[in-house]
Amino acid sequence: MPVRLKGISKTFESGLQAIASLDLEVRDGEFLSLVGPSGCGKSTALRIIAGLVAPTTGSVEWTSAKPEIGFVFQEPTLMPWRSALGNTMLPLELKGIARGESETRSRDALKRVGLAGFESAYPRELSGGMKMRVSIARALAAAPKLLLMDEPFAALDELTRQSLNDDLLKLAREDKITVIFVTHSVYESAYLSDRVIVMTPRPGHVEADIALSAPENRAADYRLTPQFADNARKISTALSQAMGRAA
Amino acid sequence: MSRAGNYIVPVLVGIAVLAFWQWAVGHWQVPRFVLPAPSAIAHSFSDDRAELLSATWTTLRVVIEAFVLALVSGVALAIVFSMSRAAELALYPYAVILQVTPIVAIAPLIIIWVGYENIDTALLILAWIVAFFPILSNTTLGLRSADRDLIDLFRLYGASRWQILWKLQLPGALPYLLGAMKISGGLALIGAVVAEFAAGTGTATGLGWTITEAGNRLHIETMFAALAILSILGVAIFFLLSALEWVLLHRWHESAVSREN
Repeated sequence: MPVRLKGISKTFESGLQAIASLDLEVRDGEFLSLVGPSGCGKSTALRIIAGLVAPTTGSVEWTSAKPEIGFVFQEPTLMPWRSALGNTMLPLELKGIARGESETRSRDALKRVGLAGFESAYPRELSGGMKMRVSIARALAAAPKLLLMDEPFAALDELTRQSLNDDLLKLAREDKITVIFVTHSVYESAYLSDRVIVMTPRPGHVEADIALSAPENRAADYRLTPQFADNARKISTALSQAMGRAA
Repeated sequence: MSRAGNYIVPVLVGIAVLAFWQWAVGHWQVPRFVLPAPSAIAHSFSDDRAELLSATWTTLRVVIEAFVLALVSGVALAIVFSMSRAAELALYPYAVILQVTPIVAIAPLIIIWVGYENIDTALLILAWIVAFFPILSNTTLGLRSADRDLIDLFRLYGASRWQILWKLQLPGALPYLLGAMKISGGLALIGAVVAEFAAGTGTATGLGWTITEAGNRLHIETMFAALAILSILGVAIFFLLSALEWVLLHRWHESAVSREN
């Protein structure tokens, strides 16, 4: 269990309360999804874990030293003046890693997300899905132990999203990365996750904590199995309850 | 229209106008001191070559110095503004006042302060005042426009304030800065000439002075020659800065993407 959130709440300066009393344990190596309606504080929770936003109350506790953290945003957030390789190298560059090594690792990361041959392409020359792949490669290049993803595929078309889901699952397993994945898609969370946390509308707290039983190696046809349908129904039911309570 | 046509057509129009001008001046016997023929202006170019060249160099030097000064000071102050709201609140109103007050009105004061014996310095200050503001305001806007998520990403990887400025904000502000440079380059030229008019004759020796002097002596063809040089300078500055913009942005910026389909 690499991280535990204890009694986290967040009220912004505007007086808006995004999160009320969030308790959450994240286990080592799991793929955890946070599902909930827009504005339930999912993104804020991720930023608090990353240390980018300070919680109003509560604490984030790491069992050992704070691990290397990767962050993937809703938009690809690439620097348009840098090539795919240049963008992927940024984290290593900021951490002061020698140029030669940082380039080798970045090229490798781009290859792993299926962008070998696109190293020198600029973001405006890439499709939406490819830009998101660069964004994932950038996070992977720094060899994170914990990967935080804030609705990363929400803006992509269904086919691109499914292929990115498959690749993400494979990469996270290979590198034994713990993933916290924010989404508002029931099906995406059912496909990807080992465990799903359903959150209530603002101010957000945990409505349900659902452990999913799913095969270790999922392929696209897993979406057609009764097991998948059953998982999706559990998440969907919990989500309706969370919404109903707020209304 | 074809690419060659884009150049040929305006050149043909220019030649036609010049030809008509030459013919009309002869045909209606227009006096030389009202409107000289293009051929007379061409003669002025060769007759007054030394004087025009030296005046051009004097003006151009003021323009370049003022432009470089505006560029350096404008970007530096924009960086201060982007880092400190307090500095912006304290200083920005004065930058605006400097910008909106007509340069012709400030010129006599600056010239008195600096002294007629240092007229070049006065011209430099006046041209700088005019060229400074677009650089300051555009660069400040550019530095402020950095993507919030990218700033978060930089912070996540432990970037320093200077790394964020150098690797994220400055490259992001480049398109804004280059746009401002095209405006400021032209303004520096206008500022330099207007300042010379304000300084009066006999002290400054640039193209503004050449025009005033030639006007006083009714050498209208010399006025036209100096005017033509000013236009050519303005156009050259614009093209040079546009070329710089293309070199720096064409690989990545949306403005440089050709829409062929």
